[in-house]
Amino acid sequence: MVEELLFFMEVLVGGLLAGTMYSLVALGFVLIFKASATFNFSQGAMVFFSVLAFCGFMQDFNIPFVPAFILAALLMVVVGLCTERLVLRPLMNASEDTVLMATIGLGYVLEGLAQAAWGVEVRRLDLGIGDFPVPWIADNLKLFISALDITAGLVAAIMIIGLFLLFKYTKIGLGLRAVADDPGAASSIGIPLKHIMLLVWSAAGVVALVAGCMWGARAGVQFALVDLALKALPVLIIGGFSSIPGAIIGGLIIGAVEKVLEVYIGPFFGGAIEGWAPYVLAIFFLLYRPEGLFGEKIIRRV
Amino acid sequence: MKPVFMTYTKKDLINLAVCMILSVLIIPTFIKTEYWYTSILIPWLCLALATIGQQIVMGYTGQLALGAAGFMAAGAFAMFNLILRVPDLGFVGSLIVSGLIAAAFGILFGLPSLKVRGIYLMVATLASQFFIIWMIDKFGWFKNYDSSGIITAQDIVILGKPFTTPLAMYFVCLAVTTILTLLAMNMARGSTGRNWMAVRDMDIAAESMGVSLLRTKVQAFAISAFYCGVAGALFAFCYLKSLEPVAFDIKLSFKILFMCILGGLGTINGAFIGAAFILLFPVLLNAIGNNVFHGAIDATIISSIEQVIFGLLMIIFMIYEPLGMAKLWENLKQIIKFKLSSSNIKKFKSLKKT
Repeated sequence: MVEELLFFMEVLVGGLLAGTMYSLVALGFVLIFKASATFNFSQGAMVFFSVLAFCGFMQDFNIPFVPAFILAALLMVVVGLCTERLVLRPLMNASEDTVLMATIGLGYVLEGLAQAAWGVEVRRLDLGIGDFPVPWIADNLKLFISALDITAGLVAAIMIIGLFLLFKYTKIGLGLRAVADDPGAASSIGIPLKHIMLLVWSAAGVVALVAGCMWGARAGVQFALVDLALKALPVLIIGGFSSIPGAIIGGLIIGAVEKVLEVYIGPFFGGAIEGWAPYVLAIFFLLYRPEGLFGEKIIRRV
Repeated sequence: MKPVFMTYTKKDLINLAVCMILSVLIIPTFIKTEYWYTSILIPWLCLALATIGQQIVMGYTGQLALGAAGFMAAGAFAMFNLILRVPDLGFVGSLIVSGLIAAAFGILFGLPSLKVRGIYLMVATLASQFFIIWMIDKFGWFKNYDSSGIITAQDIVILGKPFTTPLAMYFVCLAVTTILTLLAMNMARGSTGRNWMAVRDMDIAAESMGVSLLRTKVQAFAISAFYCGVAGALFAFCYLKSLEPVAFDIKLSFKILFMCILGGLGTINGAFIGAAFILLFPVLLNAIGNNVFHGAIDATIISSIEQVIFGLLMIIFMIYEPLGMAKLWENLKQIIKFKLSSSNIKKFKSLKKT
């Protein structure tokens, strides 16, 4: 009985920590959605693009870890700048769906550019943190939990606290919230829309880079990262599109439910239900609480 | 009952006649190489049909769906099982029934559209994509317990006659696509299409004018999935000649989405233009790579460039012409007409002077 309970705990904790990896991707979506009410479908591609560039800097140009990371982050700022200039500004008054489709196109551009520049083969990314159980926890608590999962959890926690404080207590955060609420009114009282957009897209780019490092260290830096990033969508639906805590809780729920279902119910269906279980869970959420756990209620008028 | 052709104008009938003469008489007499049929014309017709399905739900009803390939897979594997297990149905019967099976999935996964829209709906339809592929992959019955993973599609036999040559398969695809395209045009112009468009333009307003949202949306999803299912069956039996779930992955769904958007949302001819563009552009790019650069550029780089160009086009079209290539074609026709008419006026004036 104790063994079973321990096993369940292990599955659950593993799932929760893996869920924080989804949260990291979802966080990038939320940042942009909060500030511009734009759904950035290319976030997954940004994850892939940034981490592939990071790997490329390190492995092809032999740049050490920290400068390569800074270079990759700067590259994401440039991507953010170009996106704001070339994609978002011309689509300022377009409908939501039009902007969404343009970001799908942007995703294609980023994926293609990344592969054209750095090749299509799978790259290994070594962060110096092994993806194996931490001995101390394994000995004392009898739980097998990967060091990488714990690191991802910590990184996610730090980023979320940081972003939360930024949004809540700084002047920039206030500006961000004002723009999200009503871009027209915000710009009429002198909030520079351009700078805010640039800031948000750069921040989302850096978040994508961090998320990409975590995923890349686990699964290798490869095109499949884009598909993995799609799983951030159910996370967002559960957590709500405009809530930073929502992104983390949604990620935890998806991670935990996915793993528990896979281990306990999966065998009855031949396994691999991870692929669709999060989406079905998201559908149930949509039916009962379309705005998500923490989202703002959407009111539509004729 | 009103006969079907009565809703078409004279112009439509001329267009239809031109298309038919072109596709039935001219193409088979002038194109003899098999490559054109097996690699371009057949997949073009199949994907255009699937794109019409996507058009119905996205272009006409305004529901952002992203699961066309899932419904295509449902249609393809339904077809395989029907021919295998119910041989009495025949090819055409199986094709219709497999379309209906795909439509059932469409209804099931279209239900969330009653509550949500936009990106939310996209996620709900992604569930269909992943679920259907997983289901086919995991339950051996669908694949007739074939362990190799790739099943060879049965030969097409209609009324006892085998259709195995590329040309014969081309005619099968052409016949099915023509009939379904005419039907789709009919629906889009009639009250069904009016309801779809009313829901697209403002669903709350449509509802208050007496359009049933439940009926309209579910109908659109069902018909869309029917088209995708039939297209998937043709795609597997005439183009791939094999069945594997991997062929219908999320990438194909995105491809169809691109065909739909670049071709022009809310147009039937846009589906054909978009499908032709997405299909032919990589062929062109590869030809340039082979003939101009003589293979100096790696094939993977060419496919990356192709991806970048598709993405850029998507952005450019969204900014400058959200109605896509069909609209560009219309504009071109307008310009030509205007040029012609103004030259006519000049001629008339010069005649008057003399």
